[in-house]
Amino acid sequence: MNFLNFIWLIPVLPVLGALIQLLFGRKLSNKAVSFVSVGLPGLSFVWAVGCFFQFLGLPEQSHHVFIKDIYSWLPAGAFHLSNGSLGYLDVHVALQLDPLSAVMMLVVTGVGFLIHFYSIGYMAHEGGYYRFFGYMNLFMFSMLTLVLADNYLMMFVGWEGVGLCSYLLIGFYFLRKSAADAGKKAFVVNRIGDAGFLLGMMLIVVTFGSLNFLEVSRAARSGQFEVGNGIVTAICILLFIGATGKSAQIPLYVWLPDAMEGPTPVSALIHAATMVTAGVYMVARSNALFALSPTALHLVAGIGAATALFAATIGLVQNDIKRVLAYSTVSQLGYMFLACGVGKYDAGIFHLMTHAFFKALLFLAAGSVIHALSGEQDLRKMGALRHKIPTTYGTMAVAALAISGIPPLAGFVSKDDILWQAFAGPHGHWGLWAVGWVTAALTAFYMFRLIFMTFWGESRVPHDVEHHIHESPRTMLGPLVCLAALSVIGGFIGWPKALLGGAWFEKFLDPVFEGNLPAPAHGYSQGLEYLLMLLSIVAAAAGIYGAYRLYVQRPELPERAAAAAGPAYQVVLNKYYVDELYDALFVNRSKDLGNGLAAFDLGVVDGGVNGVGWSTRMSAELSRLWDIWVIDGLVNVAAFVVKVLSYPARVIQTGLVQSYAWFITLGVLIFLAYYLIHF
Amino acid sequence: MTPVPTDYYVFLGSALFIIGVVGVLTRRNVLVILMSIELILNAVNINLVAFSQYFRAVDGQVFAIFVITDAAAEAAVGLGLIIALFRNKETVNADEIDLLKW
Amino acid sequence: MLPLIAFFILSAVAIVSAILVITRRNAVHSIIALIVTLFAVGGIYLLLHAEFLFAVQVILYVGGIMVLFLFVVMLVNLDVTLTQAQFNRQWQVAVVTAGLLCGLLAYAFYNGGRGFGLPQPPLGPEPQHNTQAIGMALYQNYMLPVEIASLLLLVAMVGAVLMAKRKLE
Repeated sequence: MNFLNFIWLIPVLPVLGALIQLLFGRKLSNKAVSFVSVGLPGLSFVWAVGCFFQFLGLPEQSHHVFIKDIYSWLPAGAFHLSNGSLGYLDVHVALQLDPLSAVMMLVVTGVGFLIHFYSIGYMAHEGGYYRFFGYMNLFMFSMLTLVLADNYLMMFVGWEGVGLCSYLLIGFYFLRKSAADAGKKAFVVNRIGDAGFLLGMMLIVVTFGSLNFLEVSRAARSGQFEVGNGIVTAICILLFIGATGKSAQIPLYVWLPDAMEGPTPVSALIHAATMVTAGVYMVARSNALFALSPTALHLVAGIGAATALFAATIGLVQNDIKRVLAYSTVSQLGYMFLACGVGKYDAGIFHLMTHAFFKALLFLAAGSVIHALSGEQDLRKMGALRHKIPTTYGTMAVAALAISGIPPLAGFVSKDDILWQAFAGPHGHWGLWAVGWVTAALTAFYMFRLIFMTFWGESRVPHDVEHHIHESPRTMLGPLVCLAALSVIGGFIGWPKALLGGAWFEKFLDPVFEGNLPAPAHGYSQGLEYLLMLLSIVAAAAGIYGAYRLYVQRPELPERAAAAAGPAYQVVLNKYYVDELYDALFVNRSKDLGNGLAAFDLGVVDGGVNGVGWSTRMSAELSRLWDIWVIDGLVNVAAFVVKVLSYPARVIQTGLVQSYAWFITLGVLIFLAYYLIHF
Repeated sequence: MTPVPTDYYVFLGSALFIIGVVGVLTRRNVLVILMSIELILNAVNINLVAFSQYFRAVDGQVFAIFVITDAAAEAAVGLGLIIALFRNKETVNADEIDLLKW
Repeated sequence: MLPLIAFFILSAVAIVSAILVITRRNAVHSIIALIVTLFAVGGIYLLLHAEFLFAVQVILYVGGIMVLFLFVVMLVNLDVTLTQAQFNRQWQVAVVTAGLLCGLLAYAFYNGGRGFGLPQPPLGPEPQHNTQAIGMALYQNYMLPVEIASLLLLVAMVGAVLMAKRKLE
């Protein structure tokens, strides 16, 4: 079976599902919908696995890249590049399978399939079942297009597609105003990032003459451009702006917490495992460009680190279970960008993969908890659930351990790799490491705060809900267990050399980053690496212990601490008022602009049109006056002249014979006079 | 016996003529108007006959006969008109007959 | 001498009675005055050796036309007109016009050197009897006009009869 030849099936199978659901889904039963829309992504995953193994077996000459060209999409023709040489732009619809896209493809199809499977149980009682699965399948198609594309433009198509599906799915419960608003906010904020992405793409076209990843990377590595080139820096910064929009970094992260309005599987798939990682994928893809711009790399690392810390502090005090997880996602994405920013792209991608496992698991388990509590999401109304919903508790605890970085779970391996590179790598800085380390402690703390408040301690569940607490059905628990297993063993493929691992993941991704992997330079010793590793574990343990003390042993402490902190607590609870700031600076100003333009339209444009109408009326008025006074006047004058001139003629007609006789006499007189006087 | 100079006859004729014209233009009574017309005709006759005598030709007198004939015819018709008019309008005043007024 | 005196008397009578004609209120008086005038004019004809014409004048004019006038005056409402205005509204203008006419004629006379530049009368014998001469002229030279005059009289007769009829049948 030649999987690679039909690699296009991987995105196409889900889109078939989307088409079926969106065209006929209304008439299908839930069972039929599930069969189609979970089966097709499942098939897609199978195909992806087949392609992957076939790819592994490809000969060396292929340079670890497999391209499947579908057709030539935009043969745009010849044009001049910014350096004067002639370029020829020819954008294809083609799929590229290389190690990076293989990893992404497997994560997307695998985790995606598990989440689809989970949704059968979760969404069973919701209206619009077919619509949900239609949109989810459409999302799978867009995301797979994004990761399997072989050029920036096709990736952008997928980019936009996932943005659209995010909007559709966040606003799934569209009758709720908060959900509709959240969807709108996500789309608009994404759009701002997309503007940067587009500008970056256009600069790539005029600088490199192509949008194809291989061609651009080859041109960038050819030595044609010096390190620190201004144009390339601009390209990288613009692309990164796009990444901040999609991957929720500062300053465009504000949509992600609001996106929790969507159903929990949506949060799991789109806003944890896959869509938000598209930015990281894009930066990794463009590593050749970023290598030419240390400024951009510093920016990426700086923003990544700052976002990680910032989001973690907000997550500490949130009371909605999904909000905590949302801020956690933002924070972890910061880690991934930090990794890319210090040049260790494979660490970023590794963390992306492990994060997909445990974050998806956390969300799905949270969904399970919410399902058990008949819709309750507030942590303050939960507690002592671990014996009532044990499977959910068990899997969620595993995920929490993983995200906190407790070895040997997956999170430890990836996070530790990032922290080591942040400290010791050629582009690293101890400041970056410090921020990352503190964030790790905070991560462990808030994660276990969530666990303890939900599953331990005294039950704060309202009485009427307590009776209905039940474990979720097996269709929901199955994926939880799978993901828990992956969270445990997922780390092993990237086990670092320092701990006698094979670092296979790193080696696997090597060809893509072509020597961008920095060696453990600066002559740092192995001992330092062990020390930092130990420090990370200590930080995690401290976080867990702190959460235990505050939320299990002495539950009254958090409230006292909050009261003591006073206004500082309020600021953090209200997310540092960033949303309000954006409202004042941008949102309301845009509305003002809109109102101003509307007033302009009404006043000037409509006024102009009305003015034209008025002037037409006025000219008609003038015509009327002209007609009455001048035209009629002339006619009246003519009549008057006739009357005046005819007056004598009229008056003469007396009807009296004698006056006529007199006239005759007068005539005779005149003739006679003339005759006599002249002759 | 010096004959009367022809000029005198012409003066007489002109005087009668002017009197007749004044009568036609001035009097209201239609009969008087007709009579004034007869005066005029007679003045003309005088003129004709005077010159006939001067030139020793009889043509003038013949013309005068015709004038008288014409005057007779005209008087007859005119008086018939007056009678018809009187029957319709009960008046013989010329300035009360103004049906052709504007 | 005698002809001159006769002329002056006759002309005075003619002019005075002519003035009377146009100024009398009573129409009958005007008619009588006109008769007198016509007689005077006939006398003038006699003076001019036009005896036939005098006869025609008296018989036709006075005896026929004037009598006709008198008959018509009787038929017409006479008493009413006695109290009405005599002269119409344009009499001033008419008099002025007549005066102008008079002035014009006077001017002509004056320019003619107080007389008319009349050519010399032909020398020759005095004509024979007036009536004979007129008869000869009428029936030889002026035959056509005589016939036309008779036609005219026929027309006038028919017209007069038609006019005076009460109703057209």
